Amino acid sequence: MKYPDKRGRFGKFGGKFVPETLIPLLEELESAYLAARKDEEFKKELNYYLREYAGRPTPLYFAERISQKIGGAKIYLKREDLLHTGAHKINNTLGQVLLARRMGKKRIIAETGAGQHGVATATVCALLGMECLVYMGEIDIERQKMNVFRMELLGARVVPVSSGSKTLKDAINEAIRDWVTNVKTTHYLIGSVVGPHPYPLLVRDFQAVIGREAKRQILAKEGRLPDYLIACVGGGSNSIGLFYPFRRDRVKIIGVEAGGYGVDTLKHAATLVKGSPGVLHGAFSYLLQDKDGQIIETHSVAPGLDYPGVGPEHSYFKDTRTAEYTAVTDQEAIEAFHTVSEVEGIIPALESAHALAYAMKLSSRLSKDKIIIVNLSGRGDKDLEIVREYVGERE
Amino acid sequence: MNIKEVFAEKLSKGERVIIPYITAGFPGLEETIELIRVIENAGCGIAEVGVPFSDPMADGPTIQYSSQKALEKGVTLGKTLALLKKNRAKFHIPLVIMGYYNPFYQFGLEKLAREAKEAGVQGFIIPDLPLEEAGEWVKLCRSHEIDTIFLVSPTTSLERAEKIAKLCTGFLYCVSVTGVTGARKEFPPYLKNYLKNLQKITDLPRAVGFGISSPEHIKMLYPHAEGMVVGSALIEVIRKHPRQPQLGEETAKFLGGLVQAAANR
Repeated sequence: MKYPDKRGRFGKFGGKFVPETLIPLLEELESAYLAARKDEEFKKELNYYLREYAGRPTPLYFAERISQKIGGAKIYLKREDLLHTGAHKINNTLGQVLLARRMGKKRIIAETGAGQHGVATATVCALLGMECLVYMGEIDIERQKMNVFRMELLGARVVPVSSGSKTLKDAINEAIRDWVTNVKTTHYLIGSVVGPHPYPLLVRDFQAVIGREAKRQILAKEGRLPDYLIACVGGGSNSIGLFYPFRRDRVKIIGVEAGGYGVDTLKHAATLVKGSPGVLHGAFSYLLQDKDGQIIETHSVAPGLDYPGVGPEHSYFKDTRTAEYTAVTDQEAIEAFHTVSEVEGIIPALESAHALAYAMKLSSRLSKDKIIIVNLSGRGDKDLEIVREYVGERE
Repeated sequence: MNIKEVFAEKLSKGERVIIPYITAGFPGLEETIELIRVIENAGCGIAEVGVPFSDPMADGPTIQYSSQKALEKGVTLGKTLALLKKNRAKFHIPLVIMGYYNPFYQFGLEKLAREAKEAGVQGFIIPDLPLEEAGEWVKLCRSHEIDTIFLVSPTTSLERAEKIAKLCTGFLYCVSVTGVTGARKEFPPYLKNYLKNLQKITDLPRAVGFGISSPEHIKMLYPHAEGMVVGSALIEVIRKHPRQPQLGEETAKFLGGLVQAAANR
């Protein structure tokens, strides 16, 4: 059985829970995407930009010093941080903007939390000459001023969102409201494997290049598949990108969510670990919600993980035990951030630092012949201010 | 009277059905009951009561605001149903509940249909539950004799509208524009044709919603639809006059003007 099915379901998860106005648009997007997926020209064009512009393939780097320091398994890092704009996000934005252009759309809208997806979107819109509007919560604008400036430099307009909690989930609501108003001209470029069908499908496909490369690379380097795959999960795009091509292999797949102050406090974003199924932003999936079905505000030191929902395919992976999900705290992520910076000379994004923290913890219990691949989904330059403040608060 | 009978009665007198929307618990739960009475006394045919949700993606700023205020007061689906049940002897017009799917799903769909029926609710509008996802819900509503009101939009093809109309009972909610709820100055040029085409595929009464804010709008729509939903414009009146007696007086005045226009007099 291939997932998602015709109704956009991964088992019971996924679907299209959106206002009627958007349904014909989603159908149009789905058929345009399915046609593009088969079209050699489209593949060639996307591959060209991925290679020449974004910098693919990215290395699968053996982190020897970290592996030695912990004394357990061999840890490999999939270096998505080396891509143009500094994160895996551009795999998806290139794919979707090329698709939108094929569909004759002239205007791209996107939501952003930390600003990484907004920057990747603004970048590709500059490259391909599209009008670009990015919705961003007022609180996030305050926290990520440099990324706002970056997007504006790239010619995008950043629209502050003052409704609800003024963060990512509200930026998504506002982007959906724009889209429902400007359906004919506009493509909504969702940044993760969330939202109504076909988004979880097409974003996964655009990100699966991560896992395909990693598989080829580990086979070349080690002559076998890894024992573990580890990636952080917010909405879940970098993780699904790594996991998907390995889903049928004998590999243990682990997604790491944001534990914030601890998953037993109210301040975390560990949707799969602590949430329950429901509908948010167009899909049926695990959510963080109260007993009345209202969405709860989340917390994570990593802005890209600070989201109360998760992609429906992860919910499916959880329930079918294809993958296992766990969480690490802000504190553990910050420690990993420092360790990897000091020992490997790589400053990881705080999101990726969650995956690294768990990988190091796990590795210490493993023998030397085991192999772990960690998705280093982004670089940490954007987080320097947050880390400096975090250390400052503790002193 | 049920929804169908309300339309039949108003139409037989050459009138149209005004369907005001209020958010449960805005400005307070007590006022919600008073407002339903005002709606009934003004001569509106049906009252639409919104259950607040934290992420109302089909709503513009006005209804986002009223929803947020209601949530801050602790209003829930359970409290809304309990309130309606307790006061159901106080009004006679059909009540329709509007709300997003997640709070309904968490409440339990079976329990919701049952308790809504007990509270005198006659229909539901769930804007983020399109026909593809509505199978189970429609079945439950049929067995409890509750109307399932679906939306069609200017982007809906006639072929699809026909499928929607088959699942829809009570009235067909015709979204006037592509966009979110909120008062507007004018309507798109394609509106008349769009409404006319819908008449070809269904016998259901057509109620137009989104953007309707004045007696002029009602007069303009009079020849093209059987009902008109008025939401954000009414919420604005409530927002400006949150206290009694102005709340009752001003909303009555506003609705009275709409009902008069709907009587084509």
